[in-house]
Amino acid sequence: MNQSDHRPATLIPGGAVFPHRHLTGIEGLEPHEITFLLDEAETWVEANRTRAAPDQRLAGFTQINAFFENSTRTLLSFEIAGKRLGADVVNMHAAQSSVKKGETLIDTAMTLNAMRADVIVIRHMSSGAVRLIADKVDCPVLNAGDGRHEHPTQALLDALTIRRRLGGVANKRVVICGDLLHSRVARSNILALTALAAEVRVCAPSTLMPPAIERFGVTAFTDFDKAIEGADVVMMLRLQTERMAGGYVPSTREYHLRYGLTLERLNDRAPGALVMHPGPMNRGVEIDSAVADHVEQSAITEQVQMGVAVRMACLDVLTRRARKVEGWA
Amino acid sequence: MTQALHLTNARLVCPAGGERDGELLIVDGTIVSGEAPSHAERVDCRGKLLAPGIIDVGVARIDRAAARAGGVVRVAPMPDQVPVLDEPGAVQRLALIGRPDLWIHPIAAATRGLAGTDLAEMAICLSAGARAVGTGRGWIADSGVMHRVLMYARDLDVVVVTHAEDGGLAAGAVATEGETATRLGLPSAPALAEPLAIARDLMLAEETGARLHLRCVTTAAGFALVRAAKVRGVRVTCGVTPAYLLLSDNAMSDFRTFAHLSPPLRSEDDRKAALAALADGTIDLLCSGHDPRGPEEKRLPFADASAGAADAATLLPLALGLARDGRVTLTRLFGLLAQGPAALLGLETGTLAAGMPGDVILIDEHAPWQIDADRLPGKAGNTPFDGLPVQGRVTAMWKGGRAIAG
Repeated sequence: MNQSDHRPATLIPGGAVFPHRHLTGIEGLEPHEITFLLDEAETWVEANRTRAAPDQRLAGFTQINAFFENSTRTLLSFEIAGKRLGADVVNMHAAQSSVKKGETLIDTAMTLNAMRADVIVIRHMSSGAVRLIADKVDCPVLNAGDGRHEHPTQALLDALTIRRRLGGVANKRVVICGDLLHSRVARSNILALTALAAEVRVCAPSTLMPPAIERFGVTAFTDFDKAIEGADVVMMLRLQTERMAGGYVPSTREYHLRYGLTLERLNDRAPGALVMHPGPMNRGVEIDSAVADHVEQSAITEQVQMGVAVRMACLDVLTRRARKVEGWA
Repeated sequence: MTQALHLTNARLVCPAGGERDGELLIVDGTIVSGEAPSHAERVDCRGKLLAPGIIDVGVARIDRAAARAGGVVRVAPMPDQVPVLDEPGAVQRLALIGRPDLWIHPIAAATRGLAGTDLAEMAICLSAGARAVGTGRGWIADSGVMHRVLMYARDLDVVVVTHAEDGGLAAGAVATEGETATRLGLPSAPALAEPLAIARDLMLAEETGARLHLRCVTTAAGFALVRAAKVRGVRVTCGVTPAYLLLSDNAMSDFRTFAHLSPPLRSEDDRKAALAALADGTIDLLCSGHDPRGPEEKRLPFADASAGAADAATLLPLALGLARDGRVTLTRLFGLLAQGPAALLGLETGTLAAGMPGDVILIDEHAPWQIDADRLPGKAGNTPFDGLPVQGRVTAMWKGGRAIAG
C-alpha cells in the first residue's frame, strides 16, 4: 500500500504540496500532486471501511453541489463525501431547461458566491464552464465534469483503484476503449495515467476517436483485439444511446461485435486483466455481464467505493487553507 | 469659392503610385494635381504617412467609432443584418445611414433570407446601393443553388462573396481539429471543411465565368486552390483578417472566447501558409471582419459563446506590423486595405491618384500603444489581440476632403 510511483509528497511541507485553489482538471497537476491526492484518499478508504468516529473537519462549512447536467452517481458520491466530513451539503439541480445555456451562468456563479459557499462542486454540459465559474467565485471549485473536457475526480478514483489492485500505476498497460471523442472521463484518465507513467492505449472506431490523440502520449488502436493484448487494465467507456443509432456506429450489435468486452475476448487476449467501467454500464453493448460481474477481475464496484474516498480527499485538501490547517494557512 | 485642403510634407503611400515624400491637394472633395490655391487649408504632415482611407469588406456590424479609430472610410457590411439584406428597402436604408462620415456599400443577400434555396432580387438590391452579393456567414450547401447564384450574378457582373466552409463537416464545430481542440474538449471540424467548399465554388465560378470573392481564406489547402485557380484565369479574389496571419488555434487555450472565430483559428502550418499567400499575392485584401460582441455573448463557456472579433480599430496597427516585419511593402499593404477592396466593389477610389475622392488618412506609424479590450473604441472590445503592444495610430482622417472628428 501507498507505493508511490513518484517521489513521496510527504517530503514537501504543508500547502506547498498542493498549491492549487481549485480542481478544474488533471491538466496542470504535477505527478507528485496527483500522488498526494491519491495518498490522502487512501486514508479515507480505511476510515470509510471501519466507520470509526465520524469526522467533523468540515463542520460549519457549506458545500454546494451545482449540477447543471443530470447525474445520479457522481452527485450522490459528492454528497456522501461531504457529509462524511461533516459539511452542510446543499444540492442545486439546475435543470437544463431552466438554465438556458450560459446566459445565467455567470449570474449563477455570483449568486452561489454571495451565499458564501465554502466549496462548490460543479457539473456542466459545456467544456470550460467550470473554469469560467471558478474565476468568478471566492471559494474552491471542484469540477465534477464539464462537457467533454475533464472529470478529474473520476480519473483520480480510477488511478487509486489501479494502484490498490496492482500495487502501482507506472508501467502498467491500461487500455481505454469506447466513445473517447465525447468522453471527459477518457481525457482526464489519459492525463492522469500518462502523468503516473502508465502505458496508455486507447481504442475506438475512428468516428469516436478524438483528433490528434497520439499527441497525449498514448497509442491509438481501432482493433480492440490488438489493443487489449497483454493489458493489465481494460477500462471500458459508456456508449451513449443516442450515438448508437447510426450517427457514429451502425448499431449496438455491430459495436458489441467489434468493441464489446466479452469473457472470451478477455481470457484470450488479456487473461487476468483488471476490468473497469466508470458507469453506468450498457450491459451487452460495451461490456458483457459475465465480465462486469467477474468476482476476481472486475473492479467496477470498487471504483464507486474509491470515488467517495477520492472526493473526501479533494474536499479536505481544497478547504485546508480556509480552515487554516497548520502549514496551509 | 472652392474648398481646398493642402496636405504638405507627407510621406505619401499610394497603392498605384508607390511611396514618396510630397504633398497632396484635395479640391472640392477630389484629389487634384497642380498648385494649391492661396485660400487652401494647409496641414503639415511632417513625419507621418498619408495613405488612402481603409475600405473594410465584410464587416458584421456598422460601428462608426471603431471605423473612425481604425482609419476606415468605407465598409461593406455582410448581408446577415437585421433584417437580412435581401430586399431593396433594407439595402437602401443601410447604404445611406453612414453618410457623410462613413460610406456604406452593402453586400446584398444572394439568396432570399440567406436560406440558400431561392435567388434573391439581386438586380433590385444593386440599384438600391448594394455593391456585391453574398452568402453571409453561411455556406450554400446545395450546389445547384450555388450554380444558379453564380450564373445569375455573372449576368449582372456582380461579385459573389462567399463564406467557404462545408456546412456538413463544420456542423456544430467551434474549433479546428487538432491537439488544442481535443485538449479543451471542444467540438471540432477538420480544416478540410474550407478547401472542400472552396474547390466546389471555384469550379462553379470557372464553369460560369462569375466573379467569386472568398471573404476569408485561412488554410494552406485553400490558398493552394485559389493560387492555382488564378493561374487558370478564374475570376477569383480572396481576403483574410489579421487573426489568421498572426494567431493559431493555441490562442484558444484556457477557453479564451475572444479567440472563438468563424472560421475557427487554424494550425500553425496554416498560419504560415497565410503569410506566404500574403507575400506572393494570392491574398487580395485584408479586412477586419469586425464583429463586436458584448460580454453577454462572450462571457460564456467557449462553445456557447458567439464567434467573432471586433478588430476594425486594430486592423491598421496589425497590418503596419506586417509591413514592419517585411511581410509586405507599405505600398502593397494599402493595395490590400484600399485599392483591392475598391476594385472588388467597383468603386473609383482606393489610391491617391488625381481624380480620386479625397478619402485619406494620416498615420503616425510609430505611435506605440497597447490593445486593451476594455478601452477599444466601438461597440465592444472582443479582440483576440487583447493585451498586445502595437505601433501605429490614425491621427487625422478626411472623407471627401472633409475632416472627420476623432
